[in-house]
Amino acid sequence: MRHTAWFGAAVVLTVTGGEVISHIAGDGTPAAAAAEPSALRFVQISDSHLGFKGTANLDVAATFGAAINQVNSLGHEPDFVMHSGDLTHLSLAAEFGQAKEMMSDIRTPRVFTVPGEHDTINDAGKTYRKFFGAHTLGDGWFSFDIKGVHFISLVNTTSVDALGHLGSDQLDFVRRDVTGLSSETPIVVFSHIPLYAMYPKWGWGTGDAVTLLGMLRRFGSVTCLNGHVHQVFAKTEGNVTFYSAAPTCYPLPEPGQAPAPLPVTLPAGELTSALGIRTVSFQAGSTSLALTDERLT
Amino acid sequence: MPSGMSGMPSSVPASTTTAPTANPVASDTVAIRNFAFGPQIVTIKAGTTVHWTNSDAEAHTVTSDTGAFKSPVLQSGASYSYKFTTPGTYSYHCTIHPFMTGKVVVS
Repeated sequence: MRHTAWFGAAVVLTVTGGEVISHIAGDGTPAAAAAEPSALRFVQISDSHLGFKGTANLDVAATFGAAINQVNSLGHEPDFVMHSGDLTHLSLAAEFGQAKEMMSDIRTPRVFTVPGEHDTINDAGKTYRKFFGAHTLGDGWFSFDIKGVHFISLVNTTSVDALGHLGSDQLDFVRRDVTGLSSETPIVVFSHIPLYAMYPKWGWGTGDAVTLLGMLRRFGSVTCLNGHVHQVFAKTEGNVTFYSAAPTCYPLPEPGQAPAPLPVTLPAGELTSALGIRTVSFQAGSTSLALTDERLT
Repeated sequence: MPSGMSGMPSSVPASTTTAPTANPVASDTVAIRNFAFGPQIVTIKAGTTVHWTNSDAEAHTVTSDTGAFKSPVLQSGASYSYKFTTPGTYSYHCTIHPFMTGKVVVS
């Protein structure tokens, strides 16, 4: 497992013999090869919480804007950018509108989103889908393929369970979606809440994710990228590696290190050290993804 | 087995809604504090209005598990009230933080 101390290090995932093994880049592996035109490069941003008001971050729009500027300053245009949820803090139309307008400034051909639980308050995501539901199914799930990688974007934030929940309709979608895919197809799954039991006491897990992961067990490379927990965290289980992303708003405590997952107010000047963006690159024909978590500058 | 890898995926029960387990308290007032409803279980007579007040910096909701009542988003300091006229047991939760659960027992 790795935690926030790994900011800045490119972690390379290599599939060897059906196992996913991670190691730090720097030895001429796929991170360096990512500059090739055929390489897939995308960015994950998460948990902007537009509308939040509190001491943990006095201006979440400013830090979200800084994250967008950082994406635009990468030196290349990513194939797409994924916001992995909690775009807003209170599911208000004005907050969604602000998110949509700000993300329209990202220099990329595609911006995708999945909703967080803060995006589906009291209306099961109806307002979220009004702004971001085009070309999605059900509560907002969808899949797409870019440069040989199959991406599945899932919604696990519209249920009364204490944990995230996918539901039978969405699981049926995934079952149909992956039928016919070669087991060598790299799979990347996006969700807001972790698809593994990171800390169920705080709702940091998805109750029916075991069914989902069972469907993906035959694939050699499965990477699950999520938000929700406001901290970088990684875990490998079998053929699947799970990565939680840093937020652009404020940090939350590490599991069990506080009575509840309350926003953490850091000493003056330290907020940006806990915020960031994630860049991911994948070389066609390779079995390796390279992830880099960058602090907000 | 290489370090950092486990042989079996973590399993989580399909439904882990946290059922209230605290002792019931006769009260018509519930405080929302530190991501919890307190008292977690209240007992009242039919016709009583229960009042919830959010003392957290985070916003919460008071939402019936069955749709019987639903508060707006409660910012810090905001309150919500609901009058229970029919005997029964009413479980509720916060939709933003579903691990927060409570119960109103009406007799």
